[in-house]
Amino acid sequence: MVQFTLPKNSKITTGKTWPKPEGAKNLRKFQIYRWTPDDGKNPSVDTYFVDMDTCGPMMLDALIKIKNEIDPTLSFRRSCREGICGSCAMNIGGINTLACIYGMDEVKGDVKIYPLPHLPVVRDLIPDLTHFYAQHASIMPWLETKTNRPAKEWKQSIGDRKKLDGLYECVMCACCSTSCPSYWWNGDEYLGPAALLHAYRWIIDSRDEATGERLDELEDPFKLYRCHTIMNCAKTCPKGLNPAKAIASIKHMMVDRVV
Amino acid sequence: MADVNRGNRPLSPHLQVYRPQLTSITSILTRITGNALLAGALLVVWWFLAAATGSAYFDLVDGILTSWIGNVIMTLSLWALWYHFAAGLRHLYWDTGRGLDIPTAEKLGKLVIAFSLIMTLITVIIL
Repeated sequence: MVQFTLPKNSKITTGKTWPKPEGAKNLRKFQIYRWTPDDGKNPSVDTYFVDMDTCGPMMLDALIKIKNEIDPTLSFRRSCREGICGSCAMNIGGINTLACIYGMDEVKGDVKIYPLPHLPVVRDLIPDLTHFYAQHASIMPWLETKTNRPAKEWKQSIGDRKKLDGLYECVMCACCSTSCPSYWWNGDEYLGPAALLHAYRWIIDSRDEATGERLDELEDPFKLYRCHTIMNCAKTCPKGLNPAKAIASIKHMMVDRVV
Repeated sequence: MADVNRGNRPLSPHLQVYRPQLTSITSILTRITGNALLAGALLVVWWFLAAATGSAYFDLVDGILTSWIGNVIMTLSLWALWYHFAAGLRHLYWDTGRGLDIPTAEKLGKLVIAFSLIMTLITVIIL
């Protein structure tokens, strides 16, 4: 349902301003969303100052530096530090991206960091992605076959394999789905760009034998057709993929099979 | 549905923090102009109804709709009409599966805005 304002318990207050590191000459201001389940308070935005002369080039470097040197209670997910695990997805400077591959120079002025939009917050920059993952599982993200298993492997021509380029690279970081206003308002039923991109990845896989069933499953006013081509998904994808195009392709197949 | 709100978890900010994109603005404008046109069309219908009712009532309604504020509303409606028309064409093109990469989509967005403004100007000058 469309609700433009935040619920009462989610309104953001001004938080603590942490002391500047001593002796630093090249400071940059970071404003970071904080919330802990422990004190019953509303979320707040804390202000930190990071010494750029001793900090790495990526946003994640600054977050780790803050956690190591200023405030060990700051919580965020991170793992691979090279854009392949999708853990450090968050809203930086107004768009969703992976902190590890987003350069400090890509944001002008103060850096504002929030968790991925319109999700329940577990703590600080950590959102609850349970529902997002459940939606991914619902599109049957595996090869469905009916014919007998081949002696070696399921083969595919080079041309058919090429159709998966731009789809298989998705790391399920949830940047796209949580950038989508349609997903904000109807995320309980609308599958969102990420799950639909994955749905398409299996629909056009030449080895898959459940294409019809997959399309039947998506033929629904909410699951698929809440996409209004707003294109925030494609614009924000840190891997440069285009979920909007994948969704349009599914819609196209829906029409093609009836006319 | 999975249990996603244990311990009164807050909802992370969305509209409040998400930076508007060219594609998202042109998208919401399509919806806004579509709805506003309904109101604009009703005003025109009101005008016709007044003309059919009688000269005194027509003078009243005509006075309202051709006052400066009426002119502003009608000019905005005109722009809304052109904008909605152009954005609709863009959607038709998208429905063929083309023009969905970001550079093209943004070019089309700028084109729609420019086209609607120029056509509004031309229409105002001609009428």
